Amino acid sequence: MTSNSESTQELPLQQVDRVVIRFAGDSGDGIQITGSQFTMTSAIVGNDLATLPDFPAEIRAPAGTRPGVSGFQIQFSSSDIHTPGDAPDVLVAMNPAALVVNLKELKPGGTLVVNTGNFKEQDLRKAKLDKNPLEDGSVDGYRVIEVDINERVKEALAELTISSKDKERCKNFYTLGLMYWLYSRPLEPTLKWLADKFKRTPELVEANQMALKAGYNAGDIRELFHSHYEVLKTESMPPGTYRNVMGNQATAIGLVAGSKLANLRLVLGSYPITPASTVLETLAGYKSHGVITIQAEDEIAAICAAIGASYGGCLGLTSTSGPGMALKTEAMGLAVAVELPLVILDVQRAGPSTGMPTKVEQSDLFQSILGRNGDTPMPVLAISRPSDAFEMAIEACRIAVQYMTPVILLSDNYIANGAEPWRLPEMDSLKPFPVHFHDDPSNMEVFGRNELGARPWILPGTPGMEHRIGGLERDSKGNVSYDPDNHQRMTLERQNKILNIAKTLPKPTIQGEAQGDVLLLGWGSTVGVLTRVFEEAKAKGQKVSRIHLRHLWPLPPGLEDIFAGFKKILVPELNMGQLARLLRSEFQHHDFVSLPKVTGQPFLTHEIVKEVDRILA
Amino acid sequence: MTLQDPPKRTRKDFQSDQEVRWCPGCGDYAILASVQKYMAEAGVDPAKTVVVSGIGCSSRFPYYMNTYGFHTIHGRAPAIATGLKVARPDLDVWLITGDGDSMSIGGNHLIHVLRRNVNITILMFNNEIYGLTKGQYSPTSPVGTVKKSTPMGSVDRPFNPLQLVLGSQATFVARSVDADPGHLGKILKAAHEHQGTSFVEILQNCVIFNKDFYKDAMERSVRPDKTVDLVAGEPVVYGKERDKGLRFHDMQVEACAPGDALVWNPSGPNSAPGFLMAGLSEQAGMPTPIGIFRDYQALRYDTEVNSQVQKAVAKSGQGNLKDLVYAGETWQV
Repeated sequence: MTSNSESTQELPLQQVDRVVIRFAGDSGDGIQITGSQFTMTSAIVGNDLATLPDFPAEIRAPAGTRPGVSGFQIQFSSSDIHTPGDAPDVLVAMNPAALVVNLKELKPGGTLVVNTGNFKEQDLRKAKLDKNPLEDGSVDGYRVIEVDINERVKEALAELTISSKDKERCKNFYTLGLMYWLYSRPLEPTLKWLADKFKRTPELVEANQMALKAGYNAGDIRELFHSHYEVLKTESMPPGTYRNVMGNQATAIGLVAGSKLANLRLVLGSYPITPASTVLETLAGYKSHGVITIQAEDEIAAICAAIGASYGGCLGLTSTSGPGMALKTEAMGLAVAVELPLVILDVQRAGPSTGMPTKVEQSDLFQSILGRNGDTPMPVLAISRPSDAFEMAIEACRIAVQYMTPVILLSDNYIANGAEPWRLPEMDSLKPFPVHFHDDPSNMEVFGRNELGARPWILPGTPGMEHRIGGLERDSKGNVSYDPDNHQRMTLERQNKILNIAKTLPKPTIQGEAQGDVLLLGWGSTVGVLTRVFEEAKAKGQKVSRIHLRHLWPLPPGLEDIFAGFKKILVPELNMGQLARLLRSEFQHHDFVSLPKVTGQPFLTHEIVKEVDRILA
Repeated sequence: MTLQDPPKRTRKDFQSDQEVRWCPGCGDYAILASVQKYMAEAGVDPAKTVVVSGIGCSSRFPYYMNTYGFHTIHGRAPAIATGLKVARPDLDVWLITGDGDSMSIGGNHLIHVLRRNVNITILMFNNEIYGLTKGQYSPTSPVGTVKKSTPMGSVDRPFNPLQLVLGSQATFVARSVDADPGHLGKILKAAHEHQGTSFVEILQNCVIFNKDFYKDAMERSVRPDKTVDLVAGEPVVYGKERDKGLRFHDMQVEACAPGDALVWNPSGPNSAPGFLMAGLSEQAGMPTPIGIFRDYQALRYDTEVNSQVQKAVAKSGQGNLKDLVYAGETWQV
């Protein structure tokens, strides 16, 4: 730090329960790293937290422009939280574009930290601004903290011999340091992370660590802020061992767990696609677990390779997003026809077509349940949050191998890239479901069925059991058959096999009373916001309850009884009302109210609260 | 069993109980018989053999083989076979496809299975026509093919299948014909013994929609003079009297005296000789080439993928699920 900084008195330390920070800057500014470091440290401190990364699809969109703005929002708290928060308390804007794109969402009276080093004439021009928003009244009503971060970093790293470009790239750690000071976070986790990240280039470790410390000290010394804050660790979290986890990572771990519980080798066929690619990358790193990953030439080859692996007695898996799902459709039909286990992970993004690849939507529900030629039923499950991904991935594997069927496991961009503390399972609580291959040549009913309706799984290589399977309709011995009655029977058997899965599923639990005015019904990544809406409604004395579906097809048992207890069933979804339509067709005697949203952003709490109030008015 | 010789098998052991339903006179019957005969002679274990196919007349093949079989979807058999072979390197995987299945709808998967050099044997039946959909032109039909979907003749240039696969870095490329079981048997043996992807184009007569399309070269009476068989280590000589030779000159194949003929080497560092020979039929007055165009050793995907897994296990031990779940920074509440 500069030597002329004034020494100051200790600033007051205030305790707050929950804080929402949004970091915003160029997608090349390291915003996602800043955010994920803040997340990791907050998790280690013991806060409950939820995150919302929001970045453009372009890798390095033109610097300083509005479409190039990358954001990362985190809510951290000393009590239970369920969402990344509606409106930030603190907005860190690294340039004018980041400021104007995000300012309208900052809480009135909120804190705005701006990097004035990036508010020059040319920066304003890139953001298509005629006037400097810091000077034209736009930021009135906010507590504005102006720091020339570029200049401060240059000063702090003046002694170092690395290039000025490398120095400039340390500015996100200066910013992070400032925020660490403001919210009393320890520096050690990030210092350690930097040491590991840049271990091959020690000069970068030094530079980034210095920038982090300089930012922290600046908060302490320069009287930028009137006070600083402390968010104590969450006491209400159930006891256990925790780690911070992102959705795609937890999904990958769960799939490995599922294959191990089935006693099968996991074979992934995948083609890179946003936002599913990190599942492929993560699993490619699990080779010591026997996992095989095949980066295929296209989406079709990816699922076909997985089917080939399942045919060979492994657990085939393919991971993708909406457009890839469309391409895999025909192969899914083959897997249904030949009745082989397969897990299809769809990390949904906003559509249609290429749509908005880095934004969230839940609009592949119909595609998953219905989108195939012929009567081609498949189970569909949905992950609801990063900490739920492990369990749901295992559940998908279980259904696939026990019922000899492909299973669709839905996730979405919000879950995939979101992070939260995950209470780790006790290993002996995981129930194995080992597969038994059929090897008795005296019973060669290739499409005979057990009590679950599943056919036997016969491994190629088993002597005396040579047989053929294929996409042509077949009889119970596996031979091609165009017999009309046979097709009717086989179609029914395939349908019943899937519908009967419902019998083994638990009835959804109701949060709140079993009777009331409004039942909030959600699926997938809306679980956090719906929990928050439920809590607010309860606090207001509204007769609102909540259920969340994990199995979308077949639907779990007991819904008819649950629905009967409520006047209206509100179904908020990040699509145009797909689940609501499905429920209307399955349950004709209840009043479903659809609340669709397709902005590419998750629901905000108040958007759903407003709809509850409207219904109850 | 372990200490005894493998049981002697006959062609019958490879015949399934399903009635063969190709059209009477179809070239597929002869190919089926040749494959079954080769497998019996080679002592192939039917239980360890999987025949994978796509869609089309040829792709019904697995149903007639008393081995494991998977009749999949149109064009995708190479991808399914790749997944199977990577998952189960112990299995002997054969892939049956046609000119439409592999060169049109499945073109992408074909080039990539060849590039990866997965250790499987591909038999591509080329009849230059779509048979199962009742006679439309295919990507190997010559320009001007008049069929129901091309009443004024096709206008798109056909693939030269051998040049396509050589361009995809295939490590084994051969051509034979349904009507010459002796030649086909030799090619099947060489293809099956090759380590890596073997691609065999088998000219196959579709008696209904493209009858005798290859008769100018393949009819028994003219075959010796109209075809040249490429055999490794032998001079490229043909003719009833073995009186015609071929050699390379100025990046072309030219006729020469038998004594001056090129000695065929399909295993050189690049595939250019095979590529030039594969284009021979397009040169006026030249014979149709059959035999082995390429036979080369390269990295095999199935082996490499599995060896990476073994290396990872050797390096960090057999992965334990608890370590995976409890990895990274953890804390107690």
